[in-house]
Amino acid sequence: MPKDHGIGASTKRREDVRFLTGVGNYTDDINIHGQAYVHFLRSDVAHGRITNLDTAAAAAMPGVVRIFTGADFEGVGGLPCGWEVTDKHGQPMKEPAHPVLAQGKVRHVGDPIAAIVADTLEQARNAAEAIEVDIEELPAVVDMKAALADGATLVHDDLSDNLCYDWGFVEENKAAVDAAIANSAHVTTLELVNNRLVANPMEPRVAVGDYARGTGDSTLYTTSQNPHVIRLLMGAFVLGIPEHKLRVVAPDVGGGFGTKIFHYAEEAFCTFAAKAINRAVKWTSSRSEAFMSDCHGRDHVTKIELGLDADNNFTALRCLTYANMGAYLSTFAPSVPTWLHGTLLAGNYKTPLVYTNVKAVFTNTVPVDAYRGAGRPEATYQLERVIDKAAREVGADPVELRRQNFITEFPYQTPVAVVYDTGDYHATMDKMLELIDRDGFAARRSASEAKGKLRGLGINCFIEACGIAPSNLVGQLGARAGLYESATVRVNATGGLVVMTGSHSHGQGHETAFPQVISEMIGIPEEQVEIVHGDTANTPMGMGTYGSRSIAVGGSAMVRATEKIINKTKKIAAHLMEASEADIELKDGQFTVSGTDKSVAWGDVCLAAYVPHNYPLEDIEPGLEETAFYDPSNFTYPAGAYACEVEVDPETGHVKIEKFVSADDFGNVINPMIVEGQVHGGIAQGIGQALLENCVYDDNGQLLSASYMDYTMPRADDLPHMDSYSVDHSCQTPCTHNPLGVKGCGEAGAIGSPPTVINAILDALQSGGHKVDHIDMPATPARVWAAINQAS
Amino acid sequence: MQLTNSREIAAPPETVWAALLDPEVLKQCVPGCQDMSGTPEEGFQATVVQKVGPVKATFKGAVTLSEMVAPQSLTMTGEGKGGAAGFAKGGAEVRLEPTETGTTLHYEVEAKVGGKLAQLGSRIIDGFAKKMADQFFANFQQAVEGPPAEDSAADAPEATDEAAGEAKKGWIKRLVS
Repeated sequence: MPKDHGIGASTKRREDVRFLTGVGNYTDDINIHGQAYVHFLRSDVAHGRITNLDTAAAAAMPGVVRIFTGADFEGVGGLPCGWEVTDKHGQPMKEPAHPVLAQGKVRHVGDPIAAIVADTLEQARNAAEAIEVDIEELPAVVDMKAALADGATLVHDDLSDNLCYDWGFVEENKAAVDAAIANSAHVTTLELVNNRLVANPMEPRVAVGDYARGTGDSTLYTTSQNPHVIRLLMGAFVLGIPEHKLRVVAPDVGGGFGTKIFHYAEEAFCTFAAKAINRAVKWTSSRSEAFMSDCHGRDHVTKIELGLDADNNFTALRCLTYANMGAYLSTFAPSVPTWLHGTLLAGNYKTPLVYTNVKAVFTNTVPVDAYRGAGRPEATYQLERVIDKAAREVGADPVELRRQNFITEFPYQTPVAVVYDTGDYHATMDKMLELIDRDGFAARRSASEAKGKLRGLGINCFIEACGIAPSNLVGQLGARAGLYESATVRVNATGGLVVMTGSHSHGQGHETAFPQVISEMIGIPEEQVEIVHGDTANTPMGMGTYGSRSIAVGGSAMVRATEKIINKTKKIAAHLMEASEADIELKDGQFTVSGTDKSVAWGDVCLAAYVPHNYPLEDIEPGLEETAFYDPSNFTYPAGAYACEVEVDPETGHVKIEKFVSADDFGNVINPMIVEGQVHGGIAQGIGQALLENCVYDDNGQLLSASYMDYTMPRADDLPHMDSYSVDHSCQTPCTHNPLGVKGCGEAGAIGSPPTVINAILDALQSGGHKVDHIDMPATPARVWAAINQAS
Repeated sequence: MQLTNSREIAAPPETVWAALLDPEVLKQCVPGCQDMSGTPEEGFQATVVQKVGPVKATFKGAVTLSEMVAPQSLTMTGEGKGGAAGFAKGGAEVRLEPTETGTTLHYEVEAKVGGKLAQLGSRIIDGFAKKMADQFFANFQQAVEGPPAEDSAADAPEATDEAAGEAKKGWIKRLVS
């Protein structure tokens, strides 16, 4: 019988009550008495020099408080980048300035030129129309390969070229990889594009800056996944405000998907302006603004080659990727195509030699940074696509070709630095094949063909590195921050408990799942545990939520702090029962002395800690509050096998997903319902990337897909029916190095699904005699139809 | 977007040429033009109200004439800023060819949009630019030839249905409405 509480129970999400009944407290719900509103005048050209910027007429418009331009930010730091990549020659990446407001030049459509602060938003918008700005338009740099050509226009005049870095990994292996590819019995080559995406969380970004003149304290309310990181970056690097005078609050946040990790100009602006005008300043992004100011994701152009020997064993993998950085380096942008991508290219396989070369390129487009999966979807997509193509070329079964090359012994040292602690790839493959009913596929294909449709079955395996990350390791890799997590557990006098965590929940369900862990450890009801997050004033310094790290790293910190609490309460209980501490046991909220019938309740012990009348004050302090910082010793490695069945209409090119199954190994699972929800959501976004979503710029750097008329988000009817949509996490090889044995589940769906869908479409087309080996995402009806017709 | 077309005008090239340089004529011909001033030598200042897809905006901009070879050819270039709506810019190379009945006016138009117009209107911008160009030269033909007979107003062959519908109202009526 399934558990009804504690670890492994599908406890309903307590936060959903407020989210679903409209009583959440999002940043836009925060209004400060007397606040002013800011509207940003943004560039409508991709690249140009500002030759004239006259705000005088606008400043005289009704309600205008003050207009800020780049000149107001001279002497203020630019937005910092949090990760330095060293190129293959040992040189640091190029790191151009990233001003809060444009300084003389605009570099992408949406680059903020001026900020108009007024009594109302409407007044600010009206005044923006009165700003005179002349921009001498420069040729736009859009295509990555053209950006690297000799004589290309420079996105940043002070850099020698548009190449941010040229990264080789593992550079020492390059010659060996080249030789192994040259000597392979068969080499499969594939060129592909990992399409640029816009994350589009339901809640657009919002920032409210406040300033208390009496104390000199600044407060920023913002839609962030990591308020402490924003406080550190903005305080120390941009505005020069020490942490003790700066508070950052990220209250309820309506989805992040990576795009709310980064420190954005609007956050720094509102904090700066509030102090400058001594009045709170609020900014709420419109959806149109979000398309051109939220960091985009993916945008890789790749060539991958896989070598096989005569027995179909993988011999070597080589890839070349052009990674778009956009116009400026966003907070973690350099890490995505490198350490979050190159280190995953071994996948689930024993390929002995791997080399990847990544050229990161500046273009006149919105900055590109992490989006759900961040580097790992790109690695999985190219690897699993080229394996499927190899299977077709050598006439192997795609399942058997993968199985034959699976890693089966753990721990496993990959040729790309990381060490997988545990896994069982055959188990997830078996589970996936059972769920998809591969044996029944032939009959289903015949049924589709009888209707004039083509049916395809696509499979895919993946591995990801989550639980980001061991600080000493990422420090060596260029991270400019530690990536531990923190928790303070405060037990109240009557036994209830508050966990103040550095993790941040923006839809993940921490407020439900974290108490399940505490409940399991102490034996008190989950309802007696409250989770506090998102406010630097009442949480310990923590690094926030991304990279499927919350339960693996934040949860582990909470376990460690709770262990300290339990150790202390056992001392108190031993005193109260006049027993030896070593004999005290805690179960179901009761302390007992082993071998006796003595017991004392959890609540009584907690009360004793705060009302220490009968208390060993000479040995331990009163009170019950403990903090722990947890730094993982390794990444976690969730893995899985996904399958998808599609039906393609050869007349129209329309693709319908008939069936989708996932078999994931997340290690131990805290709340199965939440895990399944995470995977559902990830798969929906992966299907969105595979079939629908595409961010398009024209040759002039104009953003053409900047509304939901042109940027297609997945909707319910684009996804398989619930009956044909099965997510499984019963294969569990617990993580060996964190106390919960968990691996993280937040990104798996988005990583595992895109190649599954494309592999299925190609399988369908091949079954119809169309020799199509590649379709770029999104596989829109137009692209599928064109592929069919070009092939025949 | 690029577009090439031509139009027969029942007037000699000199008359057509003079009309091309006349701000009053241009004002009548630019669809949605509220105001036009200036000279051929200095360039013209224009205010145009237009709706492109979902975006309606007032464009303020300049039109310059260059490469002028009277009465044979000239290049018109213009750029309009529509504030929050973005911008539109473009040019037309115009060539006049004398014929037995008057003049053939050849035009090659190139148009670009940016900002919100590109973001929201990119799918419809080609059709819009074609409509604008065709309407301009249809209006121009009428301005030079005088008001057309009622039944010939809509026979501009390239005109879209919508443009034809507007043309049916007659250009003078539209100017004063």
